[in-house]
Amino acid sequence: MGESSATWQRRGPIRPGLDPLGAILALLIGPSLLALPLMIARPNRIAAGTSLMAWSALPAGAALALLVVLGLAATLLALRIPPPLRLAAAAAALLLLGLAAGWAADHLTPPGDRYSRVSPDAGWWLAFVAAGLATGDGLARLRPGPAMRVAALAAILVLGGLALRSGFWDNLSLLREYAGRADTFGREVRTHLGLALSSVAAAAALGIPAALLARPIPALRGALLGVLNVVQTIPSMALFGMLIAPLAWIGRTIPGAAGLGIAGIGAAPAFLALFAYALLPVAAATVAGLDAVPGPVRDAARGVGMTGRQRLAQVELPLALPAILTGIRIVLVQNIGLAVIAGLVGGGGLGVFVFQGISQTAGDLVLLGALPTVALASAAAVLLDAVIELSRGPGAGAERTP
Amino acid sequence: MNRASQVAKFALLALLGAFLVMPERFAGLFRPFAPGGTAPIYAQTPLLTLAVDHLLLVAAATLAASVLAVSCAVLATRPAGREVLPFARAVANLGQTFPPVAVLALAVPVFGFGTVPTLIALVLYGLLPIFETALTGLAGLDPALMEAARGMGLTDRQRLVQVELPLALPMILSGIRLAAVIGLATATIGSTVAASTLGEVIVSGLLTGNTAYVLQGGLVVSALAILTDAAFRALERAAARRAGFRS
Repeated sequence: MGESSATWQRRGPIRPGLDPLGAILALLIGPSLLALPLMIARPNRIAAGTSLMAWSALPAGAALALLVVLGLAATLLALRIPPPLRLAAAAAALLLLGLAAGWAADHLTPPGDRYSRVSPDAGWWLAFVAAGLATGDGLARLRPGPAMRVAALAAILVLGGLALRSGFWDNLSLLREYAGRADTFGREVRTHLGLALSSVAAAAALGIPAALLARPIPALRGALLGVLNVVQTIPSMALFGMLIAPLAWIGRTIPGAAGLGIAGIGAAPAFLALFAYALLPVAAATVAGLDAVPGPVRDAARGVGMTGRQRLAQVELPLALPAILTGIRIVLVQNIGLAVIAGLVGGGGLGVFVFQGISQTAGDLVLLGALPTVALASAAAVLLDAVIELSRGPGAGAERTP
Repeated sequence: MNRASQVAKFALLALLGAFLVMPERFAGLFRPFAPGGTAPIYAQTPLLTLAVDHLLLVAAATLAASVLAVSCAVLATRPAGREVLPFARAVANLGQTFPPVAVLALAVPVFGFGTVPTLIALVLYGLLPIFETALTGLAGLDPALMEAARGMGLTDRQRLVQVELPLALPMILSGIRLAAVIGLATATIGSTVAASTLGEVIVSGLLTGNTAYVLQGGLVVSALAILTDAAFRALERAAARRAGFRS
């Protein structure tokens, strides 16, 4: 780890020339601003829109600032430059794109108009994705440790939150959709996270012990993984739907069940379906992690006189922990995404906005559900990756770097 | 694969075929799940038509994703692409965090409703597993073997076509299998944006509270996924045998 973190510094002066990846990203940023429309303006929520190039979507000064800063940043990114400078150039490009979206929304909205809608168009999105990738690449080349990555995530979340609160983007269509649903938005985010987290926690609580019990017995192990494999092939919409009928029956017939919230429509089928999908990856990761414990380590543990229980608790499980955590990371990220489907069966969550948006053909409402989902999933991935790296212990870094 | 599971797979295939060709014969099975008076079998569009559309959509998307992803993986493992490799890995990892529903939902504002956004979402979502496994397969080849191929006087292109790709083929196929199985399930969500897939049956069941439709749609898609998985596993074993791995 220590060696690799200093690689870019030790190479000495950087050879001038083109950076292949930076050049590709710069090529994406340049034409997307010059050849594709930056923003789209609609007279009302669902009317057809007019696509506008950067110079017609922005006041002259702002358009100039955007094109100059992004042109400069793209040129820098295409060259071989030290990672801190690369990160700064990419972040500046991102910042200017964020500013431009707000400026364009203010510029294109007639004063006092509550109906007109301004949204980013293809050029903005493409440049935004390229600048975002370049920022991520700049960060990755600094080779940050787990603590640094979590700190960077926190900084991005705080800055993004402050920018959203400042009211700078309030004229953007996405924020107008939010303003109409500000009262329910927080509740749906909590429902969404609650569904994803509780289903993964339940799957870990059941899947890990089940895998521990079934692993030593080949027939049981094959049956467990086989059944869970079949569950994975059931499409999520169908699994959510199939659970409605039995749960409704339980809610009606068993006294007290309805009081616990067990009903055909709502959070119960969503929770059960998410739980079922999470079981296989968790159980399979536990089995694989334990299988990967080296034989000599087991023999040594046996040699010092450890009982089976001691070997499992003190040697095998700690060594298998990173693999188990990787399984949990995969299902948590997957379930945050799948929880969107809960919106279809009345389970709440951010899927409510996605499916409302689809049925009203309102793209920005879809985004209001989809963007926070993606943000939550990415944040969960970064956090758990940091935890996994820490669980590998300080000595493990060296063998991972190629 | 042992004999019993092979027999079970063939039985499943036969059952699925029979159900798709004459679903009315199975009406009795689904009647208990249909609320009183409604038809137990979805009849708005023939199930066979929907199943064929569903399969064609997933096949087209998986094919496109395979071509794109394997080309990207080949480029990323050439000497000129080496610098891009860690970044490509990171992007592939990040892409996995995008939920398929979100990809589909984001494709709608850009491409409108219908089959096109579903196809694009399926291609995008299929890229990542294929790219990741193709990369693992190509980057993980024994350096001594590559040295031997170079020593025999093979050109770069010959090495790629005659040595690297055949050796990485089992890995690549496992990525394509994963993408196809995920795609089969994801394509059902496409019907919420008006693509013609088996999801139509499930959505119709959800909207009218008819569990029989939800079951039909779900079971047919599951059967297709299980059979596709088995077919690809057989292909993988054949590719591994051809490449000289012991299976």
